[in-house]
Amino acid sequence: MSSRLRWRKLVSHFMLTMTGLCALVAVSVLFFILGYLVYHGGTSISWNFFTKLPAPVGETGGGMANAIVGSAKLLLLACLLGVPIGFFGAIYLAEFSGGTVAFVVRYAADLLNGVPSIVIGIFAYSLVVLPFKHFSTAAGGFALGLMMIPITLRSTEEFLRAVPRALREGAMALGASQWKTIATVVVPAAYRGILTAILLAFARVAGETAPLLFTALGNRFWSPGWAQPTASLPVMIFTYAIAPYDDWHRQAWAAGLVLLALILIVNIIARMILSRGTTVPRT
Amino acid sequence: MASVRSAVSVKITPPVSAPTSREPQAPLVMRMTISKVNFYYGPKQVLFDISLNIASNKVTSLIGPSGCGKSTLLRTLNRMHETVRSSRLEGDILIDNQNILAQDVTALRRRVGMVFQRPNPFPKSIFDNVAYGLRINGVKGSIHDAVEKSLRHAALWDEVKDQLHKSAYELSGGQQQRLCIARGLAVEPEVLLLDEPCSALDPISTAKIEELLVQLKDLCTIVIVTHNMQQAARVSDFTAFLLTGQLIEFSPTPQLFTTPSDARTEAYITGRFG
Amino acid sequence: MATTTTTVPSAGPIAGSRSFLSRLRDGDEIARLVTFIFAGTVVIITVLLVYEFWRESYLPRHKFGFAFFVTSVWDPIFDKFGALPFIYGTVVTAGIALLLAVPLGIGAAIFLAELAPARVSDTLQFFIDLLAAVPSVIYGLLGVFIVIPVMRQYIQPALKSSLGFLPFFQGPAYGVGFLTAGIVLAIMVIPYIISVSREVLISVPRDQREAALALGSTRWESTWKVVLPFARTGIMGSIFLALARALGETMAVTMVIGNTPTISASLFSPGYSIAAVIANEFTEATGDLYLQSLIELGLVLFLLTFLLNGMARLLIVVTSQRGSEMGQA
Repeated sequence: MSSRLRWRKLVSHFMLTMTGLCALVAVSVLFFILGYLVYHGGTSISWNFFTKLPAPVGETGGGMANAIVGSAKLLLLACLLGVPIGFFGAIYLAEFSGGTVAFVVRYAADLLNGVPSIVIGIFAYSLVVLPFKHFSTAAGGFALGLMMIPITLRSTEEFLRAVPRALREGAMALGASQWKTIATVVVPAAYRGILTAILLAFARVAGETAPLLFTALGNRFWSPGWAQPTASLPVMIFTYAIAPYDDWHRQAWAAGLVLLALILIVNIIARMILSRGTTVPRT
Repeated sequence: MASVRSAVSVKITPPVSAPTSREPQAPLVMRMTISKVNFYYGPKQVLFDISLNIASNKVTSLIGPSGCGKSTLLRTLNRMHETVRSSRLEGDILIDNQNILAQDVTALRRRVGMVFQRPNPFPKSIFDNVAYGLRINGVKGSIHDAVEKSLRHAALWDEVKDQLHKSAYELSGGQQQRLCIARGLAVEPEVLLLDEPCSALDPISTAKIEELLVQLKDLCTIVIVTHNMQQAARVSDFTAFLLTGQLIEFSPTPQLFTTPSDARTEAYITGRFG
Repeated sequence: MATTTTTVPSAGPIAGSRSFLSRLRDGDEIARLVTFIFAGTVVIITVLLVYEFWRESYLPRHKFGFAFFVTSVWDPIFDKFGALPFIYGTVVTAGIALLLAVPLGIGAAIFLAELAPARVSDTLQFFIDLLAAVPSVIYGLLGVFIVIPVMRQYIQPALKSSLGFLPFFQGPAYGVGFLTAGIVLAIMVIPYIISVSREVLISVPRDQREAALALGSTRWESTWKVVLPFARTGIMGSIFLALARALGETMAVTMVIGNTPTISASLFSPGYSIAAVIANEFTEATGDLYLQSLIELGLVLFLLTFLLNGMARLLIVVTSQRGSEMGQA
């Protein structure tokens, strides 16, 4: 073996090892984050965290019950806005539309998907907060819903398109109209994918903070109805983390753990649904 | 190529009398009439002036080399061609003397069912697959009996009667195709179109389906596209030979395979091309 | 023999050409209309978004014009608004993020696409996807409590003593600042670079690799000299995508950058970014000019990310198409 070849092999091995290290570093960040949150959050979490309102400034104790309920309400609104528009819009794109309209809709969705979340926040502020002159749960849910639309839309469309043409033809040959074919064959065949798309969109917006800063704002108390400002887990983490109180820091860790656990679990469920076998065979 | 196109004087022998003497002589009823059909995909013409009759309760097969237009012709019979944008059909296709283009397309497809090249069961249970056509057409009442009847007709009942609620995808390919036939039969079509139904199947499954087709004649009229000449010879009463979008010959099956009247038919069935 | 086989796509919807009346009777036209309304909503929302930002930023655009982008005084009391420090902070932090994330991300993508067995690669990719799902406020939380102290106590002093002769590594170690924000951003965008680059690398046709290996290249040489150049545009796309994310990132940056409008060569210096100033001052902005100046900053952010995302998508599509064309040929 010439020394030059030996050198080349050495370089090859070295560089390939380096790429492996890069991958290792990248993945270990996840476990680092998880470990830290479990360690800090786990020691700070308590039953009170889930059941009590935040304690007044300066006092220790209390919890984030209002933020948990607030987040749930915000996400419910987000789903009510984002899922129907994303789902039915995707049906239009995949099943009905011609070239031009579909191009415009897809383009708009991709554009919306790339918009920084803080920009969505300003948009929701000027559309919902300003006219009603009030920060509110509704405005926050609207902002999160806007963010869900493009994610749901584009992935649902992909999954609908992947349904084999043969299935549609089979239904039509039995005398099914187009919408019946879609409702009884195409959507059921793609339901795993669609569910995954919705869950991933949900997980994505569940951790969003920036769009809530000037829509849902924040609240140290319960927020009845939909027209009041409301606390939410992500905003609470932000406020508590940058505050100078140790007890708040502990609460921030606990909230971080709860939020991250929720998001990762939804992600894992979504991916399991998809990988547990597609219902449609490859043709 | 040019010679084929210019051969306008194609001899078409519409079989108006019973094809063979081994069957009892019964007057032939024509279920469908295709006359002067031209068909285009965009600017491209794929069928040229096709005319032929489909006899009731008989098996008619369409044969010819790949791309001869036999599948396209089949798909026009229940207007499945309309699922392709920019397709255009000229000429008349009649079922029981009514023009199919004048009918409601979903109603037509209920009368003229179709089984595809590859089995395409829906991602539902075996039962729901067969019941699908009944349900979308709003049939109330004893769906279960209808499903059983269809599965029996498709010679699948004995194999699946204990697992009706299993997914259709757990069946073998041949069973899936018979399930698709059962699904098509459930809506009691007058005509059943089959587009190379055995091309994705093994020989044993193929034999079962061929056997089935012969029995199904009593229930409905059958039109089958096949790439396999032996299959056409085994199952059909009449055979049409197509070449580059033209109908070259249409005769009772034994006649077409033993004494073809056109040199091109002879060339094809003796394996000189295609 | 001219064949007339039609190329019917194996998957996808069926475009009907049935008459309008029969479709109406079947409910198809109604379904079409209903779904069209939902799809149209997406377009309306997007158009409205652009329109709102343009309209709501009228005052500063009118009053400051281009000076808005090149002056550095941000003084709400005297109604003076110059965005330069925020633009500077945004660009510098995003730049640091890319400098760190690009080699690491591409290296990891090479490992996942070229070296790791499929099962290992898929498993690692699964973790990378989870990493991408971690919300930015969590990164901010870890930034505040881990990265900032570590920077202040170890990294910044170490950099100062070793590379302190450079202007970038001078000044007091606050912990917060451009460098810290850049590092947190880098960690956040690495998953995006890995995921997209891995996809692009996988789409490089097999024969390209095999040809290089057959000529006696080492594994690394085939990757470096053949596969990477082939995937270059797509990898550029992944970088643009990451840059767009880094520019628009709000929470994590807000929590670690120090929130002081400064323009300083020192990366240790606290700074500010566009997204961070919006997050901090939007609810407190008194007066229309102040609020609209913040909205104009949002518009800048929107336009920047819009351009970058568009270019990224174009580059990625071009590469994967080239891959599939070559693969078929």
